[in-house]
Amino acid sequence: MVNRMSARRLEDSQTPRFAPGDRVQVPSRPVLGHCRTPWYVRGKRGVICAVHGRFRDPERLAYHFPGLPAQVLYKVRFAQQEVWPSYRGRADDHIEIDIYEHWLEPAR
Amino acid sequence: MAPKRKTMPRKGAGGRAAHDIGGLNFGKIDRAEHDPALWEKRTDAMQRLLTSPGKRAFSVDGLRRVIEDYGEQVYDRTTYYEKWIRALRNLVVEQELMTRAELETRMAEVRARHAKAGRRVSKAKIPW
Repeated sequence: MVNRMSARRLEDSQTPRFAPGDRVQVPSRPVLGHCRTPWYVRGKRGVICAVHGRFRDPERLAYHFPGLPAQVLYKVRFAQQEVWPSYRGRADDHIEIDIYEHWLEPAR
Repeated sequence: MAPKRKTMPRKGAGGRAAHDIGGLNFGKIDRAEHDPALWEKRTDAMQRLLTSPGKRAFSVDGLRRVIEDYGEQVYDRTTYYEKWIRALRNLVVEQELMTRAELETRMAEVRARHAKAGRRVSKAKIPW
């Protein structure tokens, strides 16, 4: 029998790496197994719009580990034209996606 | 021992996992509302109980992982709660709440009981 932990929010004093307004990029790295970062947003650039808090890491929880270290979860805003190169809607249309810190890098 | 990490790729989709289909064309979405069947409600209830703070047999992340590991063939041909019930069965065994033999014996008993009562019983074998 292995660990049974929930993904409830963790109270933790560690400072988030990013703040609202920061420009970020989702890495385009290979992944094995459960991952919450959608394929369609990998390699795309966006802007942090909210910091949700720290949560146990679902990539570990999915395999019955405690999900530590916890990851800061952000709401990230992407222009639809960035996510879908053939997007034909308005230029200011956007999509917001919740992304964990280990799936974000400073935008280059 | 923790379950093995693996990714079931979707064929011809550039390396993305079978379930990770955002942006692919799957035709028109059926937006018709329908009442959940009794077995679907029971499946939902079992998931809530097994992942509840009092039980924590596994997390919803584990449920997702098992479903993602079905691979494209099963993933595309099963409904929402069909995915859930199969994953719940596998997780109950994976987390050693029951052995596979105990579960299969119990399923055979339930099938026999329903058949005796004159109810239609599916003979479908759902792969592990």
